[in-house]
Amino acid sequence: MSERVAVRKTYKLFIGGKFPRSESGRSYLVQDSNVSLASRKDARDAVVAARAAVKGWAGATAYNRGQILYRVAEMLEGRREQFVALGVPGDEVDAATDRWVWYAGWSDKLAQVYGGANPVAGPYFNLSAPEPTGVVAVVAPEAPALLGLVSVIAPAIVTGNTVVVAASPSAPLAAVTLAEVLATSDLPGGVVNILTGRLSETVPTLAAHMDVNAIDLTGVTDGELAADLEVRAAENLKRVLRPVPGDHDWTADPGLGRMTALLETKTVWHPKGV
Amino acid sequence: MFEYAPAPESRSVVDIKPSYGLFIDGRFVDPADGGSLKSVNPASEEVLAEIAEGGAQDVDRAVRAARKAYEKVWGPMPGRDRAKYLYRIARIIQERSRELAVLESLDNGKPIKESRDVDLPLVAAHFFYYAGWADKLPHAGFGVNPQPLGVAAQVIPWNFPLLMLAWKIAPALAAGNTVVLKPAETTPLTALLFAEICQQAELPAGVVNIVTGAGETGRALVEHDGVDKVAFTGSTDVGRAIARAVAGSRKKLTLELGGKAANIVFDDAPVDQAVEGIVNGIFFNQGHVCCAGSRLLVQESVAEQVLDSLKRRMAQLRVGDPLDKNTDIGAINSAAQLARIQELTEAGAAEGAQRWSPPCELPERGFWFAPTLFTGVTQAHRIAREEIFGPVLSVLTFRTPAEAVEKANNTPYGLSAGIWTEKGSRILWMADRLRAGVVWANTFNKFDPTSPFGGYKESGYGREGGRHGLEAYLNV
Repeated sequence: MSERVAVRKTYKLFIGGKFPRSESGRSYLVQDSNVSLASRKDARDAVVAARAAVKGWAGATAYNRGQILYRVAEMLEGRREQFVALGVPGDEVDAATDRWVWYAGWSDKLAQVYGGANPVAGPYFNLSAPEPTGVVAVVAPEAPALLGLVSVIAPAIVTGNTVVVAASPSAPLAAVTLAEVLATSDLPGGVVNILTGRLSETVPTLAAHMDVNAIDLTGVTDGELAADLEVRAAENLKRVLRPVPGDHDWTADPGLGRMTALLETKTVWHPKGV
Repeated sequence: MFEYAPAPESRSVVDIKPSYGLFIDGRFVDPADGGSLKSVNPASEEVLAEIAEGGAQDVDRAVRAARKAYEKVWGPMPGRDRAKYLYRIARIIQERSRELAVLESLDNGKPIKESRDVDLPLVAAHFFYYAGWADKLPHAGFGVNPQPLGVAAQVIPWNFPLLMLAWKIAPALAAGNTVVLKPAETTPLTALLFAEICQQAELPAGVVNIVTGAGETGRALVEHDGVDKVAFTGSTDVGRAIARAVAGSRKKLTLELGGKAANIVFDDAPVDQAVEGIVNGIFFNQGHVCCAGSRLLVQESVAEQVLDSLKRRMAQLRVGDPLDKNTDIGAINSAAQLARIQELTEAGAAEGAQRWSPPCELPERGFWFAPTLFTGVTQAHRIAREEIFGPVLSVLTFRTPAEAVEKANNTPYGLSAGIWTEKGSRILWMADRLRAGVVWANTFNKFDPTSPFGGYKESGYGREGGRHGLEAYLNV
């Protein structure tokens, strides 16, 4: 009896909840697979999808976002072996799943910790509350392929932002597989969009895009490129999350910084009186 | 209008020196290359004083002094002692508040009733508020041991000279940073008096440095390698240039920039209250306010009634001597700003909007602009898109709440917004949808040291005021 021939997977982009090939028709060989080589046009398409998803996602209740994010963690847990087969250590998959659960719980708590009533000197109701900034471009760290990726996506979306993620160019399979997790978790299409390929092609387009509100440069290790991206981001005054120089300990308590860097604070006043 | 006898506040409380040096390392010093500027009273064009123009060498000297003070004195000092210096400063400001208010009105052109009753009380309150944070930083929600950044470069505008100084210096010092501050070239005098107050409070030398000058001085400060933090309030164009200048550096940046706020009046709003809010929104401080309600969005069904009332009210505004206690609208801060307002209002008329001002006699000397409104404005007009920063209101109409939201958010800015309606659920529905950092409902232009202030989108990033305001000066 002959050995069964395996069905191989095609690794594609993740835009607007769908898995298209690059509009450029290109791919590159990495991790023994042909992976889509995203173009500048793919990056722009991803921003359009992310913008379209903002209203529904930012407008969803915090409880609902928390439920959906927790569902993502359930799906991650179930696909543990699939990530291990891609070379992600089992411990890292577990840490990534736990990280996702941690962030999921913040959806309906952050406004209480980060906002609140302000005791102004007058007869006014005055309340500050955080709101999502909108569309966030995220450059995922080169490694660890899954924990690093989860640690930059979850804090951006838990508060209601939508993201366009430039995945690790050298280890994109975990990102595409995570996209399959997201696609089966009731996460609305367009909330997370994932581009694979060269950072030098997609990221400058995202940094300069006038409909992107913030950019997370965590995965940019080249100082010159980071400076160039910041200059592009200045055009519409994007909020910029800069890369931390040196080695990053992805297993440490992440704190609130990644969430709060991508939030706006809105303060509402109203007089008190009869 | 009623005839009022003149009621000028006395100038005698202020002692302006013929010339001022730079305040570096606790002393007033001459600039290295001896450049100078003149600060002018915009209400009379009288030269008030000669001001040093700091160059790159002076900036360097100031940054070094700030660094030394940070490392040797202010950084290691316990928070409770930093707090006491800030409380001292707050108290001296309260004690010398009339002097500061008169000086502010002389140098800036704003009415004394505003400098006396709005600016100065808020300045003192700001120092008082942040003084109390200096020894409570571990409880501010930024981790158990938040650290200051180091030396802060701060560049401030001319519209609220001393208040913007307070917004910048108080949180920076409370968090343990030292500062080099550049006041605006047309309004440096209260900052220089503040330097004397620092001396009076015996604030250690180098903790606060004031380097006067124009744009080039600011650029040298922002670009200096020894600076860890840049905080800027001013125009969006300059903010963009600063964001580019600090790209790739370690400098943490916060920006408080321009605005084009919508002030939205629904058909159920109490008209008299709304009209007071509209007037306050656009004519407070001659409209030199980044969060001014410069676009009036009024529901179509009440537009005529609201505009009739508004015009009646505008005809009662007294334009003139900033030191007169009855003055509502003072002088435009500079000839350059007046030219900008004139240019944009001419564009408004040329693009087809209808211009209206009440009969209004303007003084012969000085820089003046009558309160003005434009009707028939479309969203494409320059006067609906660009920040005028003057007493000029653009009126647009809407039919549904959704249309009001759409029009209000149709701007690259996002600093503030106003809502006037008696329906509570509508206020909250609107507030959720307006992309602006401050939303005033049934009020406008209210400020408080406990209340975070700052913009969405191209109005900048970071917040000033409140617990949130500490974040800009801590390594979080």
